[in-house]
Amino acid sequence: MRPRSKFTRIWADRAVKGISGLAVLAGLALLAWILYTVLVRGAAALHWDFFTQLPAPPGGSGGGLGNAMLGTVYLTLLAAAMGVPVGIFAGVYLSEYGHSSRFGHVTRFMVNTMMGIPSIIAGLFVYTILVVTVGHFSGYAGAVALALLILPIVARTTEDMLNLVPVALRESALALGVPRWKVTLGIVFRAARNGLVSGVLLAVARVSGETAPLLFTALNSPYWPRTLSEPTANLTVTIFNYAMSPYDNWQNAAWGASFLITVAVLLTTVVVRVALLKGRSR
Amino acid sequence: MTLRQVLTFPVRAVLGRHATQSLADTLFRAFTVACAAAVCLLMLAIVLELIRNSELSIRTFGFSFLWTDAWNPVTKQFGAASSIYGTLVSTAIALLVAVPMGLAIALFLVELAPAWLSRYVGYALELLAAIPSIIYGMWGLFVVAPYLADHVQPALQATLGWIPLFDGPPMGIGMLTAGLILALMALPFIATVMRDVFTMVPTVLKEAAYGMGSTTLEVTSRVTIPFSIQGLVGAVFLGLARAIGETMAVTFVIGNAHNIEASLFMPGNSIASTLANEFTEASDPLYLSALVELGLALFAITFIIQMIAQVWLARLKRRAGGRQ
Repeated sequence: MRPRSKFTRIWADRAVKGISGLAVLAGLALLAWILYTVLVRGAAALHWDFFTQLPAPPGGSGGGLGNAMLGTVYLTLLAAAMGVPVGIFAGVYLSEYGHSSRFGHVTRFMVNTMMGIPSIIAGLFVYTILVVTVGHFSGYAGAVALALLILPIVARTTEDMLNLVPVALRESALALGVPRWKVTLGIVFRAARNGLVSGVLLAVARVSGETAPLLFTALNSPYWPRTLSEPTANLTVTIFNYAMSPYDNWQNAAWGASFLITVAVLLTTVVVRVALLKGRSR
Repeated sequence: MTLRQVLTFPVRAVLGRHATQSLADTLFRAFTVACAAAVCLLMLAIVLELIRNSELSIRTFGFSFLWTDAWNPVTKQFGAASSIYGTLVSTAIALLVAVPMGLAIALFLVELAPAWLSRYVGYALELLAAIPSIIYGMWGLFVVAPYLADHVQPALQATLGWIPLFDGPPMGIGMLTAGLILALMALPFIATVMRDVFTMVPTVLKEAAYGMGSTTLEVTSRVTIPFSIQGLVGAVFLGLARAIGETMAVTFVIGNAHNIEASLFMPGNSIASTLANEFTEASDPLYLSALVELGLALFAITFIIQMIAQVWLARLKRRAGGRQ
């Protein structure tokens, strides 16, 4: 190795430390910039009518996005009802039965790959099976598309969380004659409860802010969601449509909707982190 | 048997306690297997449906779809070249920015910052990762693009304008902006994985190097990075996978023009942004089919990236000797 002067070594070291600190500051500053923009511009758009009224016509004033808020809640809840149970039990299979079986390896690979599918592809797939065949866009199709995104995340976190439960705990219960399913549901689940709940909450929070899967499934609607078998209003597609429109009142409403989505998602993340994971990293 | 009889059927009395327990166990296991199989079947269904629905386009254009640079719904000429180009270029910009920055942040978190600070910066990264992509899009369109157009792009043009990449009208909307927004979105993923990889380096190795009088830079470049190089590559793959299929943020700022331009200031399009913009407007079967084929191409790209990443990480885990 070529010897270098002490001067170069020390200054190179300081330079890298400085750059490294600057990178962190830049990251934090950008996060603050995003949050500041969304909070300030969004808060200006919020008023009581915003939560209770139907959208105003372009260029008009007043009105709100009550229908889109309700629609987003419906879609997210229905998606969670479909995606979470399947995800949890797929995770149970991976952790409890298929730990090293061939089918287990294949499933684990598929779960990881499915997590990496761009969300717009989920929308495309659901469009081909539930919109083309039925002949029109529907809230159900949107919920299925979101469920496809929830499923692999929940399966993956369930497996990870159950793997953290000591094997000895399972073995002692089994040795006492407790059947396997009771061991899993009554003991392993209880030991991993916080992890499971936080995994589900984070997955649901994440998809509640998804737009791409809803673009050609749930579409959007200016009316209250009465049934999910027709195009359903939702916040994220509304943001997309309104932000791209040239009307000031619509752009403001888009900021208001962004505010709600951001606050809801970040609040869930923080609450999960503080209350359930108690500062555990990752 | 009526429903009532089925429900009150004394299974336990007939089969005995152990048999019912083992029946319950079998059913439970079968149910978990079914759920696991559902994941595999869904993946299979996605592939088959995408292929089936792009059949018309595949037949009409053949493989030349992938390198034809024409996108004209009126004359029904479709080619994926500009979309694939835009996807690759915006992702490349994102990685060029996010990988060095992620490395620097990981270095700070592991080697420089005290534990409490490192924890809070970790939380901040988590928030950055949790912000929905449409929010990045809004922010990119209304805040970043005008800022870049007014301040950054003119400066870039003045200093680096002799490179075709940085020559062109400073509009704010375009490939460069899309790449930078993507970089910010991929950054928390890359940084946190790199941090985790760095913390796996045995402390004794680092202490040995420090004990010989190495500076932090020397320990990092000669011990930490060589030791964890495979994990670092894995982190890059994760960032790549995250950036390449990102839809909303890119759609807002990339400009959505079906052109291949040398300049990064010019508007372009990515596969995902084209789908987001044009899918609901496409009424012609061939147009729809071409769009689904674009989706199929994106799916294939992400699938291959995932496969490489997983094989890579599995090899890494085997070497590290952890569970699985």
